[in-house]
Amino acid sequence: MNLTLLIIAPLITAVTMLLMRNAQQVKWTSLVGSAIQLVLAFALLFVFQNERSAGNTEQMLFQQNYTWFSAWNIHFHVGVDGISVAMILLTAFVVIAGVLVSWNVQKMVKEFYLMLILLSIGAYGFFLSLDLFLLFFFLEIAVLPKFLLIGIWGSGEKEYSANKLALMLMGGSALVLVGLLGVYFAGSERTFDLLKLSRLPIPQETQRLLFPLLFAGFGVFTALFPFHTWVPDGHSSAPTAGSMFLAGISMKLGGYGCLRVATYILPEGAKEYSTIIIALAAIAILYGAFATMMQKDLKYINAYSSVSHCGFVLLGIGMLTKTAITGAVIQMVSHGLMTALFFAVIGMIYDRTHTRSVKKLGGLLKVMPFITTIFFIVGLCSLGLPGFSGFVAEMTVFMGSWERPEIPYRVATIAACMSIVVTAVYILRAIGQTAMGPVTEERYMTLKDASWNEKLAAVILITGIVVIGVAPFWLNDLVAPGAHHIIEKISQLNN
Amino acid sequence: MEINDFFILMKGELFLAVMIFLLLFIKVGKGMQNASLLTLIQVLLFVNFLVSLTFNREGVLFGDMFITNSLVAFQKSILSLGTFLISLLSTDWLKKHSHLPEFFLLMFSSLLGMFFLISSGNLLMFYLSLELATIPVAALANFDLEKRKSSEAAMKLILSSAFSSGILLFGISLFYGATGTINFSQLPGHINASAMQILAFVFLASAFGFKLSAVPFHFWTADVYEGSPIAVTSFLSVISKGSMAFIFLTVLYKVFQPLSEVWYALLMILSLATMFIGNLFALRQQNIKRFLAFSSIAQVGFILMGMSSNADMGLASVVYFVLIYVFSNLAAFGVVSVISAHTGKEHINDYKGLYQTNPFLSWTLALALFSLAGIPPTAGFFGKLFLLAAGASKGHYWFVIFAALNLVISLYYYLNIVRVMFMDKSRHPIQSIKNNRAANFALGICLAGIVLIGLVSWFYEYIQTLM
Repeated sequence: MNLTLLIIAPLITAVTMLLMRNAQQVKWTSLVGSAIQLVLAFALLFVFQNERSAGNTEQMLFQQNYTWFSAWNIHFHVGVDGISVAMILLTAFVVIAGVLVSWNVQKMVKEFYLMLILLSIGAYGFFLSLDLFLLFFFLEIAVLPKFLLIGIWGSGEKEYSANKLALMLMGGSALVLVGLLGVYFAGSERTFDLLKLSRLPIPQETQRLLFPLLFAGFGVFTALFPFHTWVPDGHSSAPTAGSMFLAGISMKLGGYGCLRVATYILPEGAKEYSTIIIALAAIAILYGAFATMMQKDLKYINAYSSVSHCGFVLLGIGMLTKTAITGAVIQMVSHGLMTALFFAVIGMIYDRTHTRSVKKLGGLLKVMPFITTIFFIVGLCSLGLPGFSGFVAEMTVFMGSWERPEIPYRVATIAACMSIVVTAVYILRAIGQTAMGPVTEERYMTLKDASWNEKLAAVILITGIVVIGVAPFWLNDLVAPGAHHIIEKISQLNN
Repeated sequence: MEINDFFILMKGELFLAVMIFLLLFIKVGKGMQNASLLTLIQVLLFVNFLVSLTFNREGVLFGDMFITNSLVAFQKSILSLGTFLISLLSTDWLKKHSHLPEFFLLMFSSLLGMFFLISSGNLLMFYLSLELATIPVAALANFDLEKRKSSEAAMKLILSSAFSSGILLFGISLFYGATGTINFSQLPGHINASAMQILAFVFLASAFGFKLSAVPFHFWTADVYEGSPIAVTSFLSVISKGSMAFIFLTVLYKVFQPLSEVWYALLMILSLATMFIGNLFALRQQNIKRFLAFSSIAQVGFILMGMSSNADMGLASVVYFVLIYVFSNLAAFGVVSVISAHTGKEHINDYKGLYQTNPFLSWTLALALFSLAGIPPTAGFFGKLFLLAAGASKGHYWFVIFAALNLVISLYYYLNIVRVMFMDKSRHPIQSIKNNRAANFALGICLAGIVLIGLVSWFYEYIQTLM
């Protein structure tokens, strides 16, 4: 399959959108465009599985490699393994759901959808890239639309949040940039090619120096403690689709980068710093969970719980075992779908009641049964109920973590396990207060339930969550070989 | 020397000289309308750009005093293109100006000086052409005839450049005393890093610092930029700086190669100081011209970083960056100039809500600022990245870390303008501006440059072949 299609399709969508005359046409164009993305993503999954079952065990499939800047040895090099395919699927799901839930945007509709599509270009490109320069290029493309999305269409202290988010993420990518240049000049050959770099011997001194830069740089994106502070502000100020993209796609860019770039290219660095990573991850998991307990605003609840959930991703990566890394990837997919749905539901509730405060809401199940049911589902998924994707992901991470018998790893694993109890407390409390009991305000009685676009968005995301939850093995089989390649060098080091 | 060589190697300079005489005659005779004269000049400038693209040959004239090769020719065409764009962008302001012929007379003289400057093969020639390039600009800075600030700017410019010329001459004479030659091709053989030569080199580099407005020689920049008419400000910050960067490259890489240890350290310090001071001061500016002045100081910091690499990639990436910088900075100055010509507003807060009334201008300015900030997919991203990579090639990671930190600082103030235009609301926004075709055309060229020069790798590859 031609992978550039995944970049070209949204690009064409964006250009077509520019030519459209009114808001209605823009919306439909972007919906059709994102539907095409979804079809392409499924097609990719299908052909990828076919290739693999036909016995093609090459690490990266469907590679395309064109020279871009020959003087710097920069290539337009794309290719996918199971991990990228999973992330691309996630992106396609979140994009179409995001487009659907923003159907009622009134202000600057064309620009709004343009930003969403631009962001998706950045994400697809990032997950496809096998050249670090290209990867960085797409990473930065994905940052700026978020600034505008929050700043223009956001609510609350939107300008402050937009600035904070853009600067922190750019700070992260500045660290990444230094790390990339370091890798470029450190190897015996000057190349940005990911596959070549993974085979080049990079001196241990250099790895020790560069790994923290790369890992922390990408870590900013995925809310690595203590760089998580943009998460609550950014999410709470962003418009609904903005939050969905931020938590569903953007934070995953970081996790993927930590895995694919930092850990894969600098295995010795990863080994050296793994205790620090898991310590930070465990702190993020617990801190995020306890911070969520104190929140009164639904968006803040989900934002802090995202910090906690993304901690599992980092924990899985830090454990450096095949199962744990597989779990981390599954957690990325699962959390992406779940949190996008969570923000979508919060958006739906907010659009109707004009409040996100848990205290002011109540009895919503009686007036909006559909929306509240989604709220239940996503909450249960978030606290890790079997049958939903959250359980599968966290379980895999824990199983992988348990393979590490050393004391610090055990401690971190146990600490992370404990957070599940806290998660159950805040989720059940939030759902209980908003959904159950008497209807708190008179005006809620007349509210309408979900419209067709909201229902469709929710159904798409729930399908993803449930399919992973009920039949997790296909995803596991898809991701595990990729995780194996990433871990290969490290396990050689261990022996 | 054959007469044909003379005409072909100096075609750009001769063309400019003829244009200068032409303008003198037009000034003496009378009766041409401002508008038609302006169109004529714009056409001539475009022809000048075309001339700079064609019939390029390598060669030396006047006993090594005048050198030209494909790289120099390319640099001249960048400068010609920039001047052409400036003439288009300031159409509205110039149409009403009572001294139009003089304006271009001076600008052409300065451009002629820059042409000789980047072609010079001899310290004396270098000095003379530098003066020819600078002094007319000081007169140009005074062209907002009613404004006191404009004369103040001209005064500051002429005084500070006289001072830097003095320092430059002192450095040159020390070199002559130490080596007995001022010829670029003979100097490297005589350089031995003695204390006197290093002292002389520091004097020389300070003069470059003045012209490039590198910290700590930047104090004239903000006042001069703010006071001068925008056309002149953009000429100073783009064309004049570009030409200085080009000749600095030649001087460093060709002439002072034996001193590369010395100038690597010097450039590193200058570069970091320039980035930090430029960025930190830009954060607080409220006048958009002053803001662009400090941001362009910060950009020079990155140029110096690329220069420090002392390899072909440093050379190529600096030329590439200047090419991108021409388009990005001229787009930014172009929008500012259009708005200033129509409304007289130059305060950043005046730009509040600009997107509601002038979407095209807002997007242009936003893209230009993104390019200056180095955000993909604009060309600035590639330019900055290559400069950083060239600077990193010596393996000083902390140097790169500080530079990357500066990228983040600069992002704050560039995004601030975007925020003001797109997000803030104003009770009295700038009304919808009906822009003239020439300026829109120039902005269109700038936008095309901003988008294409990065994504299409041909431009960089072409520059690489010139090395």
